[in-house]
Amino acid sequence: MNKGTLKQILLITDGCSNQGEDPAAVATLAYQQGVTVNVIGILEDQQSEQPEGLEEVEEIAMSGGGVSQIVYAKSLSQTVQMVTKQAMTQTLQGVVNQELQQILGAKQEIEDLPPEKRGEIMEVVEDLGETCDLEVLVLVDTSASMHNKLPTVRDSLFDLSLSLNARMGKNRFSIYTFPGKRKEMDKIMDWTPKLDSISSVFPKLTSGGITPTGPALREAMQQFTKKRSLRNLIGREDTDVEESGY
Amino acid sequence: MWKSQGINLSPGTVIKGKWHYRSYTIVKKLGSGAMGTVYLATENGQSVAIKFGHNSSSITTEVNVLRTLQKVQDHKLGPSLLDVDDWVLKDGSQVSFYAMEYLKGKELNRFVQEHGFEWVGILAVQLLEDLEHLHQFGWVFGDLKTDNLLVTFPPARMRWLDVGGTTQVGRAIKEYTEFYDRGYWGMGSRKADPQYDLFAFAMVILQIEYPGRFERGTHPERALFMKLKQANNIAPYQEILGKALRSEYNSAAEMKDALTSLLLASPTQSKRNTRAGRKQSHSVQPSRKKPTATVPYSGASTSAHKWEIVGIVMTVCLFYMMYVVMQWI
Repeated sequence: MNKGTLKQILLITDGCSNQGEDPAAVATLAYQQGVTVNVIGILEDQQSEQPEGLEEVEEIAMSGGGVSQIVYAKSLSQTVQMVTKQAMTQTLQGVVNQELQQILGAKQEIEDLPPEKRGEIMEVVEDLGETCDLEVLVLVDTSASMHNKLPTVRDSLFDLSLSLNARMGKNRFSIYTFPGKRKEMDKIMDWTPKLDSISSVFPKLTSGGITPTGPALREAMQQFTKKRSLRNLIGREDTDVEESGY
Repeated sequence: MWKSQGINLSPGTVIKGKWHYRSYTIVKKLGSGAMGTVYLATENGQSVAIKFGHNSSSITTEVNVLRTLQKVQDHKLGPSLLDVDDWVLKDGSQVSFYAMEYLKGKELNRFVQEHGFEWVGILAVQLLEDLEHLHQFGWVFGDLKTDNLLVTFPPARMRWLDVGGTTQVGRAIKEYTEFYDRGYWGMGSRKADPQYDLFAFAMVILQIEYPGRFERGTHPERALFMKLKQANNIAPYQEILGKALRSEYNSAAEMKDALTSLLLASPTQSKRNTRAGRKQSHSVQPSRKKPTATVPYSGASTSAHKWEIVGIVMTVCLFYMMYVVMQWI
C-alpha cells in the first residue's frame, strides 16, 4: 500500500436517471472523497445521433473527475479499458501537477513546461500508472433497455481485467448492478483481483424501468469507505481471507 | 472542444510552434486514430508528417518512445522525430504536436498484391529482424498491425509508421487493436513480451489472406486456427504462423531463422504457389496441405485409376467366362 491506491467507479448505463438525487452531485462528493467516477454511455446500434438521455453521461464524469465516452455496444471492450486507463493517467497527472505547484509555485502545470521537460514528467506518470494499485467498482445499469447489451458488458469487463492484470500493480474489482431487488443496488461480485468467474455470476435478468443512478452512485461510493473501516477494525489479512472465500 | 471533435485543418493553414518557432504549412490529412490526427505538411519546401494529439499527454508519451527508438543506432525502426511543440489557437487553448519524417510508400497489402506473394516471406524476415532488435533493447512494439506498417520501394523495406503502442518489456501493452491482440483471441495475456509481438505479426500475415478480417465467434481459438488452415496464399508459412500464434517461439530471431530456412529450402515450391496466386488471385490453388485444394488433381488421377481397375476386372471376367464355356462344351 506504500504507493497508494487509485479508486474508481465505472458506471455503465444507456439512459438518464429518473429517480432520486442528482448523480452529478453525488459524483462531485465521491471525487472529494478521492474516488474518481467514469461513465460509459451505450448507444443502440441503430442510433446515429446522441439521444437526450446521454447528455448526463459527460456531466457525471466531469463532476466525478473522471472520463466519459459514448459508444456502440460493439466497441465497448476497448472503450472500457481505455477509459479506465485514461482516468488513471488523469488522476496521477493531477497528483503530479499538485506536487509541481508546490515546487515551482502556483499556476505551473505540466502543459506550461517546455516539451522536453514534459517528457520526463510523463515518464514518472507512466511508471506510477504501471505500478500503483487500483480498485475499480463497476456499476452496471440493468434497467429493461439494457437487456440485450448485458452479454457485451460482461465480456468487456472480463477484457478489462485482462488489460489491467497485465500491469505490475495490484488490482481489485467489484461489480454491482442497479436498480437492486430491494436496495438501491445488488452486489454481483465482491472485491476480487480477477474476473475469471464473471460469466457464472453475471445476471441474465433485467429489472424494471426505473434508473436510480444517483442513489446507486452514493451506495457505490460508500463501498470504498466501508471497506476501509472494516479493514481498520479487523486488519487486512482477515478481510482478504473472507473475500477470497466468495 | 478539440478532444471530442478531433482536429480539422484546411490545406494552407500555417502552424507555428510556441516553443521552437518553426512553422509548417498544412497540405492534407493523412489519417486519424484514437490518439491523434496526422497531417502532411511542408517546412521550407520539405515534406513532413505532423501528428496532433487529442491530449498533450499522449503526444508526450509517443515522443518519449520515438526518442528511445532513436537511441537504437543504425537501425531505423520508426520515423525520425524532427520537432515537438505546442500550437496556440486563437481562443488561447493549445494543441500538442510533433513533426516527423514523412514516409512515402505502399501499404503492405497493396504491395503484396502488386508485386506478388513471394514478397511476403522476404518482408516478414525484415520485420522480424527489426523486432528482434527492438526486443533486445527491452521494448515491445505492441500495436503491430497493417495500418502501422509501410513498404518503401525500391529497395523494398518495411517501415513502422506509428509507434504509439511501444511498451517496455514486462509492462501492460499500452495500445492495441483487437484483431491483432493476443488477449482478444484468448491466446495469452496483455503483458509486453516478445511473444506478444510475434502473435500480432502472425496476424498481420494472416490478414493478407483476409483483408476484411474475421470474427472470433464463441470459440476464438478454434476460429483462428480454422482460418489459418484455410489460408491458401500463405500456405507455406502455416506451420510457422501457427507456432507464433501459440507463443511457441522464444524470440523473434528463432522465428526468423525458421522462416529463412523455409525460404531457402523450397524456392520452387513457394514460387509456384505465389505465381499462381498472382495470376488467379482468388481461385483455388494446388496445395499439398489442403484437402479441398487437392481435389482437382487427385480427383483426375483416381478416376483414371478407376478405369484401369475396371478394365482389368472385365478382362479377368471375360477369360473366366470363356473357361467356363469351354469346360461346359
